[in-house]
Amino acid sequence: MKGNEAIAEAAILAGCRHYFGYPITPQTEVAAYMAKRMPKIGGTFLQAESEVAAINMVIGVASTGKRCMTSSSSPGISLKCEGLSYLAGCDLPALVVNVERGGPGLGGIQPSQSDYFQATRGSGHGDFRMIVLAPASVQEMADLTVKGFDLAEKYRVTTMLLADGTMGQMMEPVSLEAPAVTEYDKSWAVTGTNCERKHNIINSLSLIPEELEQQNIERFERYAKIEENETMYEEFMMEDAEIAIVAFGVAARISKNAILAAREKGIKVGLIRPITLWPFPKAPIAKAAAQVKEFISVEMNMGQMIEDVKLAIGCSRPVSLVNRVGGMIPSPEQVLARIEEIAGGNGK
Amino acid sequence: MTTQILIAGFGGQGVLFSGKFLAYKAMMEDSQVSWLPSYGPEMRGGTANCSVIVSDSPIGSPIVNNPDVLIAMNLPSLDKYENSVVPGGIIIVDSALIARKVARTDVKVFYIPATQMASDEGITTLANMIIAGKLIRECDAISHDNIEAVMGKIVSARHKELLDLNLKAIELGYNYEG
Repeated sequence: MKGNEAIAEAAILAGCRHYFGYPITPQTEVAAYMAKRMPKIGGTFLQAESEVAAINMVIGVASTGKRCMTSSSSPGISLKCEGLSYLAGCDLPALVVNVERGGPGLGGIQPSQSDYFQATRGSGHGDFRMIVLAPASVQEMADLTVKGFDLAEKYRVTTMLLADGTMGQMMEPVSLEAPAVTEYDKSWAVTGTNCERKHNIINSLSLIPEELEQQNIERFERYAKIEENETMYEEFMMEDAEIAIVAFGVAARISKNAILAAREKGIKVGLIRPITLWPFPKAPIAKAAAQVKEFISVEMNMGQMIEDVKLAIGCSRPVSLVNRVGGMIPSPEQVLARIEEIAGGNGK
Repeated sequence: MTTQILIAGFGGQGVLFSGKFLAYKAMMEDSQVSWLPSYGPEMRGGTANCSVIVSDSPIGSPIVNNPDVLIAMNLPSLDKYENSVVPGGIIIVDSALIARKVARTDVKVFYIPATQMASDEGITTLANMIIAGKLIRECDAISHDNIEAVMGKIVSARHKELLDLNLKAIELGYNYEG
C-alpha cells in the first residue's frame, strides 16, 4: 500500500468520516482514496474549490466534535495557514496532513523536508503550537494518523502529520487494524442544545485583552502537558555511540544505512529519530550530549531542525549538517562520508 | 540478503507497474520489501523510474542508488544509470529501443527486444512485463512461483483479460533465449 493510501485508510479506521481537500502532488492519493471510500461508508468526501475552503470546512466539522481532516502538500499548506491559526484560536481538534515537496513558492514535486520551520514554528499568526508527527515508514503513516486524531482530541489541538513526499509515494507492507477509540470529553462541541443547556460558542475573536491573555496562558498550559507526556522518538544503536545522528522521516532511514556501514568499519555511531517534531525530543538529545563528541543533523532542507538540536544541547557539542534540497535526497554514502570525517578527527 | 532493483524508462511504459508486480511478489513470499516511484508531472513521456528493494532484513533507505539489477527501457535511462550498477550486477536492456551496447564489462548484460516482441504479439503495452519475465529468469531473488496469484492481486477482477495478457508477457520474457 502507498503511504498516502495508508493515511487515508487509517483515518477511516480511526473514525474519521469527513475529508476535505484539494489535489496537489505528491499527496493526491489521499484524496483519491477518500473519494472512493467515503461515499461507501456514509462519510463525506468533498473536493473544495481551494485549500482555503477545505481548511475552513474542517473548522466547521471540528466545531461539532466530529473527527475530520484535510491533506495537502507544501504550497497548499501555506494557503491553509490562516485556517490553522483559527483552529488553534478556537481550540479545535483536527488532523492536517502535509506530504512535503520542494519549495519555496510552487517549488517542485519531488520529496522535501523544508516545511519543518513552518510546521513547528510558523504555521499561522498568533501564539500557538501544533503537535507535529513525522512518520518514517508506511506503517507509521497509518499508526501516526490514528495517534494524531487521538492526541488532537485529548488536548483540543491540531495535529499535523508531516511526511516527506517519499513517504507518501512509497509502497511497503502495512497491517491495518481498527484501533480502540477513546471517547474524549466534547461538551464544548456545537451539537444542538435540545433546550437542555446553554449554547456552546466556538469563536477565535476575543476583544477583551485580559480574557485573550488568559486564553493564551491556558492554551500554553495544555502545550506544557503535551511536552511532558507526548514526546516520541526512536533510538537506534545509541548505547555506545560516540557520534549521534539526528534525522526524521526518510532521512532517518537513509541515516540507518549509513550507520550500519559505519559500524562495519568500527565507527560507533547511532541515531536519534524524532517522531514528534513538536514537542521536540530535547531530553534524549541533551542526554546524548554527555556521551557523544559530535552530532550530525541529516535533513532534506537547508538546515532547519539543526537549530532545535543545537538548542537541545545548549550548543555544548559541534553539530554539522548533511543535506540535499529541492527534491534531491541525500545518499547513505554522503552521510557516511561525514561520519568518517568526524571519526577521523577531521570534524569541524 | 538484499536485492536492489531499479527500473527506468519513459512514463507510460509501465515502469511503475512492473515494479509493483515484483514488490507484491516478494511480499507474498514473506520478504521485506519497499517500492518507491520517481516521475515527473507528465502522464506519458518524461522520465519514470522505480526503486524496488527485496530483503530478508528490515529495509533502511527505500532509495536505490546502486542497483543490483537495472532494467533500462530507454537510452537516457541506460546512459544515466549504467555506471551506478554494482559490479557483478545485472543490466537488462530493451534492445528494441536502445541501439547501443552496455560499455561495462563487470556486469551481466541481457538484451531483449521487448517492445518489438510485445508489438509482434499484439500486446504493445506489455514490454514491461516481458522484461519482468526476463528478470525472473536471470535474478535469483525473484522466483518463478506464484506469478498468477500475484497478478491476481494487482490486476482488478474487472480486467480479467489483462491478467491473462500480463501472464503471457511474463512467460514470453521468461522463455526468451538471447
